Order: sequence, then structure tokens, then C-alpha cells
Amino acid sequence: MTDPADLTIPEAGAALRRRELTAVELLDAVLQRAAVTEAHLHAYLTIDRSGALDAAELADATLASGATPLGPLHGIPVALKDNLCTRGVETTCSSQILAGYEPPYDATVVQRLREAGAVVVGKTNLDEFAMGSSTENSAYGVTRNPWDPERVPGGSSGGSAAAVAAGSALGALGTDTGGSVRQPAALCGVVGMKPTYGLASRYGLIAFASSLDQVGPFARTVAGAVTLLEAIAGWDPKDATSIPHDVPDFSGSLDAGVAGLTIGVVEELSSDAIEPEVRAQIGAMLDRLADRGAEIVPVSIPLVDMGLSVYYLIAPAECSANLARFDGVRYGLRVDGETTEEMMANTRGEGFGAEVIRRVLLGTYALSAGYYDAFYGQAQRVRTLMRQAFTAAYDEVDVLVSATSPTTAFRIGEKTADPLTMYYSDVCSIPSNLVGDPAISLPLGLDEAGLPTAIQVMAPALGEERLFQVAAEIERLAGFTARARLATSVVTAPGASV
Amino acid sequence: MTGYEPVIGIETHVELTTQSKMFCGCAVEFGGEPNTRTCPVCLGLPGALPVPNREAIQGILRIGAALGCTIVEHSLFHRKNYFYPDLPKNYQISQYDVPICVDGMLEVDVHGETAKVGITRVHMEEDTGKSRHSSSSGRIHEAEHSLLDFNRSGVPLVEIVTEPDIRSPDEARAYATELQRIVRTLGVSDVRLEEGSMRFDANVSVRPVGQTAYGIRAEVKNMNSLRSLQRAIGYEIERQVAVLESGDEVVQETRHWDEASGVTTSMRSKEESEDYRYFQEPDLVPLQVDDAWQQAVRSSLPELPAVRRARYVAAGLDVPNAASLVDDEALGALFDAAVATGADAAQVGNWLTGEVVAFLRKEELDSAGGTGLRAADLVELSSMVADATVSASAAKDVLRGVLAGEGRSRQVAEQRDLIQISDTSLIEAEVDAVLAAHPDELQRMQSGDMKPLGYLVGQVMRATKGKADPKLVSELLRLKGVG
Amino acid sequence: MPIDIDIAKVAKLARIALDDDELAGYQEQCTLILEHAERVQSVDTEGVPPTAHAFPMVNSFRDDVVEASLDRTEVLAMAPDTEEGYFRVPAILGDDGEAST
Repeated sequence: MTDPADLTIPEAGAALRRRELTAVELLDAVLQRAAVTEAHLHAYLTIDRSGALDAAELADATLASGATPLGPLHGIPVALKDNLCTRGVETTCSSQILAGYEPPYDATVVQRLREAGAVVVGKTNLDEFAMGSSTENSAYGVTRNPWDPERVPGGSSGGSAAAVAAGSALGALGTDTGGSVRQPAALCGVVGMKPTYGLASRYGLIAFASSLDQVGPFARTVAGAVTLLEAIAGWDPKDATSIPHDVPDFSGSLDAGVAGLTIGVVEELSSDAIEPEVRAQIGAMLDRLADRGAEIVPVSIPLVDMGLSVYYLIAPAECSANLARFDGVRYGLRVDGETTEEMMANTRGEGFGAEVIRRVLLGTYALSAGYYDAFYGQAQRVRTLMRQAFTAAYDEVDVLVSATSPTTAFRIGEKTADPLTMYYSDVCSIPSNLVGDPAISLPLGLDEAGLPTAIQVMAPALGEERLFQVAAEIERLAGFTARARLATSVVTAPGASV
Repeated sequence: MTGYEPVIGIETHVELTTQSKMFCGCAVEFGGEPNTRTCPVCLGLPGALPVPNREAIQGILRIGAALGCTIVEHSLFHRKNYFYPDLPKNYQISQYDVPICVDGMLEVDVHGETAKVGITRVHMEEDTGKSRHSSSSGRIHEAEHSLLDFNRSGVPLVEIVTEPDIRSPDEARAYATELQRIVRTLGVSDVRLEEGSMRFDANVSVRPVGQTAYGIRAEVKNMNSLRSLQRAIGYEIERQVAVLESGDEVVQETRHWDEASGVTTSMRSKEESEDYRYFQEPDLVPLQVDDAWQQAVRSSLPELPAVRRARYVAAGLDVPNAASLVDDEALGALFDAAVATGADAAQVGNWLTGEVVAFLRKEELDSAGGTGLRAADLVELSSMVADATVSASAAKDVLRGVLAGEGRSRQVAEQRDLIQISDTSLIEAEVDAVLAAHPDELQRMQSGDMKPLGYLVGQVMRATKGKADPKLVSELLRLKGVG
Repeated sequence: MPIDIDIAKVAKLARIALDDDELAGYQEQCTLILEHAERVQSVDTEGVPPTAHAFPMVNSFRDDVVEASLDRTEVLAMAPDTEEGYFRVPAILGDDGEAST
């Protein structure tokens, strides 16, 4: 039989319910996979072996007792990005400043995953405080791409993406502030999705940029991502920005196809700056969608070109305040000083990495007296115009598509010298964060180098059902079944079940 | 200081007495063991998010409405960024350019004159934690460590800012006193200055009389009583005038009032002016207070002190007595209840502001609520005076007895033997006896000289131990003596 | 607007201790990024309100109900330094024992 670590979430769920597999066996398979892949990947910062085993045993006990109904993620091993608080389990945001920090509470999304029956395997690596596009900005070392260990997995949720691609988790949660779920999903050949702002609670998500941050799922299939999102979505009284709506059943439309839908192609995100092979594969997919009855139309949203600039004013400004609490007083790292003022400055100077310091300084400057209006204020006004432009676009089309990332996975170290080049990795994903709309990335195929290519689908706010409908059709058409080199080499390794 | 005019504005912080904190479910209480009322939100733990307390918003709206403010339909929370160890997030959630209440006005009485103090804004924010110092010497500048307690962190805090309309320390005190009364009447805060649930900062400047431009101002902090507010402002005005008179310039700075030495001193001068980098709080959504909500707030306001004072004056009390009934809510409540049941307003007013207040002072009680006095006692006593069961002066004795816990009014009157003799024949007998004993006085009266009458009334009163109705005695003496 | 960042002042506002070399490096990088981000100023936003929230909502409140606080032992266990139930920090410069508010 297939190694259980290679099952999709729906497959594993079905196998568990049919008693062909126990939750402990499934967890063992995933841990065994991790034991082999982690040496190459470093997707995880913490593997909570005993916590996971307890949860898996409990899941099996519930199964054995015949109690119903079982949660939608009953017994499914999932990984969590290490900026999601887990009670009693170290949560570092990949920063020295939080080394050893064990939160006294679970993030709402974590609590909901547990309630849905999920088995939390561990905490995954990220760019420090989710600032980055390659997972190279981690204080605890880089995560590598399972398709090519010389390459980055993308970021900032690179650990979660790599774990799902490698089979060291069946699904994972990441967070997406400017593409941090979708871009690594694209680079790792898995499905990654950012919900409408406010659909999933941010309580317990260690904030980077509060008005942009959203928790999103990773899975190998659209259906898996839907199951994860259904488990975590919905109003949370602890998050004043969470939307007080009932969450619809997103899975109902997965088989509906695209006949009669209008799909807009964002011209500004189809330029020469997107790798030719990525563009070609997207073009081919659009032809096939047309064959299935969708109308494909070009859509121009000129303000999309302003996305990066707006983002690099708003996100640093918000992060400069969000990260002010890391001061050595109540938790985390303290570097001594003669006075409290010195202690705070020393702690922050040593505890934060270069990218974090760069953004905190940038944001502090953009908010400071005399510059606010020209930078932060203007960025927020342009953001309004972008929202209006997207709203107008959705009057004409049902969904928009573009590349997720301008490139496939790049080499480790390739872009670290120049922040602006690195920032450009998120050019296609940032607009959805700025306007608050849902978007998904899913794999299309492989390029000549054997690296995954991806397409992004965007929908209007709370348009998740339509988003998944189109994504599911693309998934069927793409028929992407390739597995990351690291995952397949493990499968054929001695001792692994085949 | 003649030739100079002081210009004063006051910022007041009021802690609301909601059950729970502004943005989390921790209890709002004073004191207690340090760091026992904290949670991820008010400790600023990573990932925690604020959710505003509806009751705190209701509280600030009541304050704003009571101060005659315009309630702003759409207002915003902002982050005020500054590093300080008592501020867990190193930003304070506050309001900036769109506060919830603006443009109010408070009329205050300054030595019989009415002064109008404009209210610029009333906004919602969260309180900080508290720091204290540990050092072997106990002296602040030698402190080796500071200790932090976050129990107060996140308590709902309302800031009330005046226009620079205040012109004297007395007016400042009158403003602060009236504001305290209003907030107390609203029941949204316990307004205890000594516990810090109401705190004042004063912006003080002086300018030559006739000059329209404001002088350079200093912000004075650390006034822990109404009296110290008044004293600190008085000192600061004198200091600034002296600075100007000596040809120097006043420095814009924050100054610390020292109650013991009675002076303000410069706090560490800031190397750069504060740059709070305000921006809209992305963790919170805007506030929307629509017409219906505004109407509900306004119609739910209790009778405010100024209205209540006017009502008491209309009922026959003088201004100071009316004011003292308003200042002690329990006194006012006794008055209202007694008068509502038919007691004589002027009489009850005099008793409450006379005997009762004197008793409170003697016993060092804050409020008439701490005595066993009931409105029913006042009603009973008032009717006993009306039907001449006790004399007006005996009534005060009765009241003192009631306050001393001797019983209800009639009981006390009986026990203290203060019931007036209503049996005319008994009084007649005493009148006859007194007349018989004072033939000279009797004769003078008979010859038309009524001067001895008062003396003779006194003699009868003494003989009856004050229980006779002096009016009746006087009448009988005239009848029997002069004929 | 020319980008002219007083990086030492910004670092002080952000409470981050950096040496001169580090400051110079950050000054250069931040200037580059801001020169790029400055493009937003070319957009005509006359009369356009700012967007602080992508999903417009108002009046998100909680009821005034007391909930359990954290256990103090757990709270202080996270802290780098404590004394008798308090968080302990080095002396606070210029503190007069009052709240900062």
C-alpha cells in the first residue's frame, strides 16, 4: 500500500474511518518521514512527539469507541507555522528574541484544529516574524525546498510548505501577509490559500502587519485545503476584526466546473517579469478552462503596479508597533543594560535579525512626524483606490487569475543581498492582502528544471466558494501528481513501506 | 503678579469602574496582590488581541453627554507609540484625531460667579501598569531596580481635555470639583483622587494682561488632591511670572508637583520632543454611535449636579446648602426622599446641612450613608414639629439622638423627654405659679411695659423643662397678666 | 520629497541599539526601499479616504464580563527577572514612580 505519509487529507480521513489505518500508524508514518527528510529540509523547528502521540492515541480511542460525529480532521497530522501560539509548546517566530518562549494559550485556529480532531505534529520554520519570501531569515537556519535542497521553499511559511510537500505533515497552517502562504505553496508544488481578511481568527497569531495578516491552509489538494479552512474559519469573539458571519460549506461547489464563469487575467501580472515558462503554463491552462466553458477575458488594474510600494509602507509601519512589545521586560530574551531603556534597546538590537530591524526602522520612519502623510497616509489612500479597482473588476468577472510567484524556486542566497529583488517575489500575491480578498495558489506542473509552477486564483471578499470551485477544476485539468524529489526518494528508501 | 493673566487647561484621566478591563476579561479592582489580574491581552503577550468593552464605551458616552459634548458618529482608535516598561505593548490604544466626544462645556461657580470651561474632547484609552522602585536607600534616583505590576494595565481610562479657558487656581479647583461631582453622579467611576482613579494634569502659562497670544506653557503633574491641584497651579503661576519678570523665558516642559515642599520641579527634560507615531489601530474596527444610541445615552442620564442644585435652591435652600446636599449623594437622597413624603423642604435642608453635617464632621464620616439616619426619621420629625409635638429647637436634639443611634425620632423624643406639653391646663398652672412668683414684672406689664414678658416666658419654659410650646406660654402670660 | 533618514534618531525611537556601521547599512537600505515606495506619491488621492481595514466593519464589542486571569506563577515563569510577585527591570531612567499616562 501507499506510505500513509503520502495520503491526501481526504484519503487519510477515509482510511481512518474505514479502520484501515489508525491515527497512531498515520502519525508514525509522518514522523518516520520527518526523521529522514528533516536532515535535508529543516522544515520543523519543534516536533512535539509526545503531544502528537497523545492526540493520536485519543483519536484512536474515540474511533474505537464508535463515538460520532468525528471531527473533519480526525487523526490527521498537521504542522503549524511557528508564529501561531501553542500552549506549552515553544513558539519562537524563528527569532532569538522569543527563544524558549512557551505561550500560556493556544491560538484560536490551533484550538479549532484540535477540536476538529487534528494531531499537531510540530512547529515549522519561517522567516523571522514572517518577514521574508524564502525562509532564509530564520534565526534557526534555512529551510530547503523538497524538490531541490539547493533552493529555497519560498516564504515566509516555507517550513509549512516544505513539510506538506515532503509528507512530514498531511496539511499545515501558515500565515499570509503579502503572499507568505501562496508563494511557498507555489515554490513547493502544494496548494496554499489565503482566506478573506477576517474569515479566520488572528487571535494567537503573532502579528506582523495586523491589517494584512491572515492564517491560511496548506494541503496537497484543494479538497484538503477546504477541509482545513472549514475547521479554522468563522467568527471569533477574541478577534474584533473577525467577520461575524456563518461560514458556508465550501466543499459543495468543488465539482461544479467552470462552464459559464468569466475568468479575468490580470494583465499587469502577466508581464515579461513573470518567467516565460510560468506564463506559458498559465496560458495553456486558460485555454483548457475555455474548453470547459469558461470565458477568459483580459483585465487591466493599473494600480496593481503600486502594490509593492503600498505594501512596503503599510506592513513595516504596522510591524514597527506590533514588535514593540518584545522588550525584555515580561518574556523572551533579555540583554542587560544599566537602565531599563538600555536593556530594552540592547535586547531588541541583539534579539532581532537584520530583516526585522530593517522593517521596524522603515516603519518607524514612515510613521514619524512630518512623514506620515506622504508615506503611510498616502499608502492607505492608494489602498482604497486599489480596493475600488478590484471591486470594479469583479463587476465584470467571477475570478481573477495570475501567476502566484514571478519565478519558480530560486537558489539559496540568490536574492539575500538585495532586499528589493527579494520583495519582488511577492508582486503577484500582495494585492489580495491589500484589498482583503481570498486567493489560492495551486500547482500546474513542472518547469524544465523539474521545479513546480503555479497559478493563483483570486476572488472577491467572502467569495471562497467560487474560488475553490475554479481551483478544483484547474486541479483536475492540471492533473499534477508529481511528488517532491525528497518525498519520493524516501518512499523508495529501505525500510519505508511501499 | 498683577499685570499677568494665567491661562490654564486641564487634562483629567478617569478610570471607569466597569466589571472587566477595557480590552480583556480581567477584573477591574483597586490594589491586591501584584500581577494577579493579568491575561495575554493586558500583558501584551505575543498574538493577543484587544476587544473593546461595550460598557466602557457606554460609560464614556455618558460622560461626554453630561459635559454637553457632541457625540461623534464615527470615531477611531489609534495606537500611541512610546516605550515605557509600564506599557506592555509599548503602545497605548487611545484615540487621536477622531475622538468619540468633542466640543462640550462645563459651567462652574467660582465665588458666586459663573465661569464657562470649554471641553475640547473626551476620548477613550487604556490605563498602564504601575512601577515602583526597589533600592536600599529608597531614593528614586538611586533605585537599582524597578518593579512592575500590570493589574491596572488595560483598565478603561477616559481622558477629558479642556480648552485653555481657566484663569485662576480657584477656577481650576472649581472645575475639577464639578467634574468629579458629575462623574460620580453618573456612577461610571469612583473618582478617588488618592487611589488615582481620577488624575489631573494642568497646562499652565501666563501672559501680560491684554496680550492675546498664549505664553509658553508648562505641564504640571502629580497633584493627588483638589487642594494640591489648586496649590500647584498657584505656585506655577507665581514661578512663571517671576521668570518673566527677571527677563528670562519660560521653558516648555513637564513639571512635577511636590506636595510636601509645595513647589514644582522640572522633570528630566526630554532630549527630543515626543513623537508618538499615531496610526489607526488595525486590531480594532471603527466605533459607530448612531442617533438611536446617542438618544438612549442622553435620555438615560441622571439629574446632573447643576440641575439638582437649582432644584434645591428653588425648594428654598440657600446656594451653599444646596451644594452640600449635592456633594454628599446620601444627604441628597435623604432630602429628596423626605421631601417627597411631605416633610418641610427648608426645615429638612437645614437639619441635613446643619446637625447632620456637623455630626459627620465630628465622627469623621465621608457620607451620610454611613449613619443610621433614614428619610422616615426626617419625615416623622418634621411632622412632630408641624403638630407641635416637639419644638423646633428640641427637634435638633431629637435628630442628634437619632444620629447617635438612640432610636427613631419619636422614640428619641420620648426617651430624651422632649415631647411638648400639649395639655393647656398644665401650662396654665405653671403660668399662674410664675406670675405669682414675680409680682414686680407682672405690675410692669400691667402698666403697659411688655419688656418682662420674654423673661417670664423663659421662667415658664424652665419650669416645664422646655416642653411647653413657647408661643402658647407667651399667649397665656399676656392673657393672665395683662388681661 | 527627498528621502533623508536620520537613522540614529529612528533607531532611538524604535529602541534598537545599533553601532555606527549597522546604522549606515540600514540607512542605505531603508533609503533604497523608500525611494521605491515613494512612487505612491504619484497617485492622485485627492478626496480619497484611507483604508485601515480591508473588510469594513463597525462596533465589534465584548460584554462586560469578568473572565479568569492567568495564574501568576505561570505569568512570572515567562519573565527574565522577578521579585516578590513583580516583574523586575533595571532602574527606569527619569521615572518618578508615576504612570506614563
